[in-house]
Amino acid sequence: MSISSKIVDDVVAAGIAFVTTVPCKQLAGVIDEVEARPEIYHIPSNKEDEGMGLCAGAFMGGKKPMIIMQNTAIGVTINTLATLTQFYRMPLPMLISYRGELREPVACQVEMAVHTKALLNQLLIPTFHFHKEADAEELPEILSYTFMCNKPVAILTDASFWGGYGDQ
Amino acid sequence: MIRSEILKEIAPILRDQLVVCNIGIPSQELHAIDDQPSNFYMLGTMGLASSIGLGLALAQPKPVVVIDGDGSILTNMGTLPTIANNVANNYILMIIDNGSYGSTGDQPTYTGKKTSLAKVAEACGCERVVECKDVDTGAVLQDALDSGEMTIMVVKCDSGNAKMPVITMDPVVIRDRFMKAVQA
Repeated sequence: MSISSKIVDDVVAAGIAFVTTVPCKQLAGVIDEVEARPEIYHIPSNKEDEGMGLCAGAFMGGKKPMIIMQNTAIGVTINTLATLTQFYRMPLPMLISYRGELREPVACQVEMAVHTKALLNQLLIPTFHFHKEADAEELPEILSYTFMCNKPVAILTDASFWGGYGDQ
Repeated sequence: MIRSEILKEIAPILRDQLVVCNIGIPSQELHAIDDQPSNFYMLGTMGLASSIGLGLALAQPKPVVVIDGDGSILTNMGTLPTIANNVANNYILMIIDNGSYGSTGDQPTYTGKKTSLAKVAEACGCERVVECKDVDTGAVLQDALDSGEMTIMVVKCDSGNAKMPVITMDPVVIRDRFMKAVQA
């Protein structure tokens, strides 16, 4: 079974039924899996703060939400995380592709990578980092932790976790 | 009419609906005119009322009325294609279009100039878009609720704010009582 299928199996098993996505090359397999699952309403967003608004509404409507996005999104969602998700105390698992780490071919991605953990730390967002495939074994626990504590929680997934960038 | 006069007039219709209300003075006005547990007041996060309302409408069957503004739609213009392509027939987006950023001192927005949000919504693929005058808001809103179809309303009205107190209710209380109203 592919790692993308395994991740989305865990998402479905956690009762998550509303997933918004903003694409990243690394997340393409996961997004395809999300789209394919009948248990999940998949709603692509045009921007990540919009997606967090959709997730807030879905949560208040009784559905467990999730957002899938790239780490560059931290730069555009700080206000939303602080004044919506955290202020109203809502759970939000964030599966994040962690661009700009080892094996990254695009220099500009490193510019946000160096801020990613610092910003998450500054926002007091619980953060987990998947570097090896075995790290994903903790995903079910992380999802249940997120809905236990009603907080946004970051799951950073780097290039080593996804197996690099192919022929780039 | 200014926004607060419209809200006073449609309060009897809003009372029975789930309402997501835009940040700043719109929420303060609605809160002062007719506070209800079924009102979700945004205390921050400009631009996301339409998105929160859409997520809510897609997640459960009760009608959802979003009270939004022209400035907030311009801030989150990407919301309109998402709305158009994820049809929720229990969703009404009511854009109070007064051509100004009301909460920050009535600075003009582009919708008071060349930009038509009704045309933008139509171009994004929204199928039921109704632009109306302020005095017709109640009738158009009731018609939208009765239609059972997703509706985007663009209410053209005057710029101006009523002086209302800041909402001091804790956000978790706002959210908790709103979720209980959703489940009731």
